[in-house]
Amino acid sequence: MKNLSRWYVAVVLITLATFVAGTGCKKKGADPFPKSNAVAGWEKTDETRVFAAKDLWQYIDGDAEQYVAAGVVNAATSDYKYQGQLEAVVDVFTMADAGGAAKVMGAGQADAKSVQLGDAGVQQAQSVIFRKGPHYVRIVAYEATPDGPQALLALAKAVEVKL
Amino acid sequence: MGSQSKLGLSAVFDQHTNGAKSRVVVARDTALHGSTSQPDEKRVLHLLDRAMASYTGRNVPIEAWKHLLPQGKVIGLKVNGLGGKGISTHAALVWAICERLQQAGVPAGNIVVWDRNARDLQACGMTINTSDRSKVRCFGSDVAGYEDHEETWGTARIRLSKLLTRECDMVINLPILKDHDQAGLTFSMKNMYGVIDKPFLLHANGCNPSVADLNCIPAIREKVSLTIGDAISSVYQGGPGFHPECLWFPNALIVGEDRVAVDHTAWQILESKRAEVGLSTLEAAGRAPRYIATAADANHKLGVNDPRHINLKEI
Repeated sequence: MKNLSRWYVAVVLITLATFVAGTGCKKKGADPFPKSNAVAGWEKTDETRVFAAKDLWQYIDGDAEQYVAAGVVNAATSDYKYQGQLEAVVDVFTMADAGGAAKVMGAGQADAKSVQLGDAGVQQAQSVIFRKGPHYVRIVAYEATPDGPQALLALAKAVEVKL
Repeated sequence: MGSQSKLGLSAVFDQHTNGAKSRVVVARDTALHGSTSQPDEKRVLHLLDRAMASYTGRNVPIEAWKHLLPQGKVIGLKVNGLGGKGISTHAALVWAICERLQQAGVPAGNIVVWDRNARDLQACGMTINTSDRSKVRCFGSDVAGYEDHEETWGTARIRLSKLLTRECDMVINLPILKDHDQAGLTFSMKNMYGVIDKPFLLHANGCNPSVADLNCIPAIREKVSLTIGDAISSVYQGGPGFHPECLWFPNALIVGEDRVAVDHTAWQILESKRAEVGLSTLEAAGRAPRYIATAADANHKLGVNDPRHINLKEI
């Protein structure tokens, strides 16, 4: 009976460990870009493009240097549109480690409001920026609208939970 | 306009010897944007007309353009869409120029709007048209390709877009004014990084002397003969990407044939804005656009950066 209990506990623990590991692996490879309508009002309007560190210049030209210097592994980007009008871009930079993400995010931005996102987040009228572990995320809208900040924050939160 | 009237580098080279100055026109319209984030198209056309009238001394728009254009040639308009939709050459400016070119006798199919690739062009509000010559054509180097052979000048060892080498007889440069986190400033000369296959190889040392070296490549030096610089909107910090918190609206066009004088003028405008918002000079920030002085030196002779030799007209 005792042996049976031990076996039972072992099976449960193994199952649990497998589940956790599986969830972790799934989360690591998870697409951080919310699908259309996963966030109220937001439509994903473009394919996700991924740039390896060596090719990052194709996306952001000279800007790539600062990310390379901070140890970027890759960058992924996609376009979104809110309520058919407000266009925005989501950039997810995956760095070698959390230190790299902190480095590119920098010390802070003037006039930016702190928001509870990841390990650190700030928001301005047309952008939300945060870092979580090795990920540095920029979400930028192309124009300012009254409901833009709230919408951007909602999108950012949806990205954050996927990281 | 004296020696300024003929497009070509000989006119610029002669600046110091014959005392002629390089002319740059900065034309502004404080109401260009109105209450929206996009400029008013009619006002942009009018601003363009004023700029060109001032630059050429010809008040009738068509006459101003006819004065500058070679006959029967393909005219390329090199835009800049790298920064994405938020900070790219404005479609209103492109279409205004296309309208005047056609009125000056350039067939629509002989006008080519171009940049690195389709995405950059779409960021400028353009629609790709590779072959319908009844309309203005618009496509990138991703379609046209790059020359097989390398061109070399100083630190620049590159392959040129076939849009420059084979498609266009003359190129009007339409850069967008931006701060640049390495070069300091990106405008006329730096816009040529969008003409080559591997611009990332030319960013060392704040892009100096690479920007100047690149502009000495014969096809660039000879064909890119007029800048109508887009300072309708700009970013004064954080460029070349789009940082909306640093977006500002100079509501201006900067016109000139001397690319060095144009860039020097644009630099001063950028510095003025940075000072206004309490930022340090680019020099103090460790990224002054040194390539401008390099471009003006005795080795490059691309133009003038000495304000005493620039005839700056602000209208």
